[in-house]
Amino acid sequence: MKDGFELIYERPKTLTSTRMHYCPGCFHSTIHKMLMEVVEELGIQDRTIGVCPVGCSVFAYDYLDIDMQEAAHGRAAAVATGIKRMLPDRIVFSYQGDGDLAAIGIAETLHACNRGEKFTFIFVNNGIYGMTGGQMAPTTLKGQKTSTSPYGRDVDTAGMPMKMAEIVSSFDRVAYVERVSCNTPANTRKAKRALRKAFDYQMEALGTTFIEVASNCPSGWKLTPEESLKWLEEHVFPYYPLGVFKDIKKEGKK
Amino acid sequence: MPIWLYQRNASAVQTVQSCVRMPPLPFTGRKKRLFSKREVKVAEVKLMKGNEALAEAAIRAGLQGYFGYPITPQSEVIEYLAMQEPKHDYVLIQAESELAAVNMLYGSAAAGARVMTTTSSPGFTLMQEGISYIACAELPCVLVNVVRGGPGLGTIQPSQGDYFQAVKGGGHGDYHLIVFGPNSVQEMVDHIYLAFELADKYRTPVMLLADGAIGQMMEKVVLPPPIEYKPNKPWATTGKTPDRERNIVTSLFIESEVMEKRNLILQAKYKKILENEVRFEEYRTDDAEIIIVAYGLCSRISKKVVDIGREEGLKCGLFRPITLWPYPWKELEALANRDRVKFFISVEMNAGQMVEDVRLAVCGKKPVYFFGRLGGIVPTPEETLETIKAKMKGAEA
Repeated sequence: MKDGFELIYERPKTLTSTRMHYCPGCFHSTIHKMLMEVVEELGIQDRTIGVCPVGCSVFAYDYLDIDMQEAAHGRAAAVATGIKRMLPDRIVFSYQGDGDLAAIGIAETLHACNRGEKFTFIFVNNGIYGMTGGQMAPTTLKGQKTSTSPYGRDVDTAGMPMKMAEIVSSFDRVAYVERVSCNTPANTRKAKRALRKAFDYQMEALGTTFIEVASNCPSGWKLTPEESLKWLEEHVFPYYPLGVFKDIKKEGKK
Repeated sequence: MPIWLYQRNASAVQTVQSCVRMPPLPFTGRKKRLFSKREVKVAEVKLMKGNEALAEAAIRAGLQGYFGYPITPQSEVIEYLAMQEPKHDYVLIQAESELAAVNMLYGSAAAGARVMTTTSSPGFTLMQEGISYIACAELPCVLVNVVRGGPGLGTIQPSQGDYFQAVKGGGHGDYHLIVFGPNSVQEMVDHIYLAFELADKYRTPVMLLADGAIGQMMEKVVLPPPIEYKPNKPWATTGKTPDRERNIVTSLFIESEVMEKRNLILQAKYKKILENEVRFEEYRTDDAEIIIVAYGLCSRISKKVVDIGREEGLKCGLFRPITLWPYPWKELEALANRDRVKFFISVEMNAGQMVEDVRLAVCGKKPVYFFGRLGGIVPTPEETLETIKAKMKGAEA
């Protein structure tokens, strides 16, 4: 109770007070907050180590009050592998965008999943290179206009958008894969539950856990934040459906 | 901590610091007893291949993590470590590429572990990205390049073609590695111990630049007793405990002023290394008129050249840089200042790379010549001596 008011909601203490640099309407800040709420709820701030990618979230370590490493572009999975293998009792996550995880770093991503490295991928897929100014990503939708596909993605030359959650769920040693989003309060709550579950599975050492966030990029998509949410519903979710793609516990394998 | 390498022949135990600028004593085999009986008991004398000796030395030096990708002529390192793994508690990962290996090295070094990777030339090129990041983020680790002939896919025969890459950068940005140039299986062992020590001391990546032949040949080697490694790295990302601020390992400093500051910190460190860690060996240089400069395998050949040259009346001497960066420029300059020295000749297994550092040191005071073979061919003492004789004739004419 302070000045007659009761505090019923506040930012997690595991977030620093640094003002985030993200564009208005971008999901990164929401994902950061959810992630740190999970860390706080689990009481694992003292043993969580994160890996930042190259991309919009390159400065994530300014906002998350935990030990963090900054990886080279695409190499977060290899860096996280190095950390987790040396310190197996810590909770390790890599926080990566689509250019980082699905383009330049796809070899590291797939091999970490194949080895069943026991860390959590947080894959923020907004279908575009946000930081460098809106170029085409491997996850850019068919026909979607970007600065390097100004006439729309031509799948005959650029290939189809890559469905990473579906791809990694095919690996035996991957324990949990879910695609979530933050476009509505209900979906945001689901996303947080998925993050929590991924960390739980990691602490049980069940295998690789992979959370894909179907995210937005109002600036890169040239849409208002509100329009970007509509675009998600109309264009992104039909191609990248939300849901659980793999849950090792439900398969009764473990 | 005293380095075992320098305890070998020393009457008193010497520390790394006191041995600065002192060349390691050559292993002289049967001529005299190098080790006390007690030392022989704790150390092991074995006949080993260079790559395997290196792997065994790394284990004994407290290796906690190894990340590598097979490539000839250094695959024996990962094979040996894989075979020994059950007996020890290090982590070993056969990575999907050298790119992944060096980034696993980054992650594990930043987590505070004593870690190493080994590769050969094409693989080392792939690692340059990670090495630049590691140097900027100031992470201690050991890198080994068992060099084969290039450029391109090249050949699997021994070479010294990666000298420039090792000592003049390789990756992007202003950085240096401490680079050792071992010339025997024994030095593969000794330099690994030293490399781990210096990596921790300066928080910098340290590399061994070994010619393919050093990795492949078998020699008698004395293995030092294992050390118990207790890391003390308060900067490591091990989890933010309530008693400290969070640790961040990064090579990103986006504001120019901050980036310049980071660069100046690195440069100050390199200056300190340059002042304190130069190592070299001189052989029969006291009255020499001809100074052969050679490292690695070429220094072994050149030693022979000195001996047979002297039998024929040529006053040759050998100057061998042991650290290729920091390079012994000053010591070489001192030789150039001697009146009796007529010329220098750099003997290498490349098209003339280290000779540029020799010229830098000699600075026009004396002629500097070059003799080298390419494509994985090892120069013979005879052809080297012929070249020297021809230069001598030219000098006298």
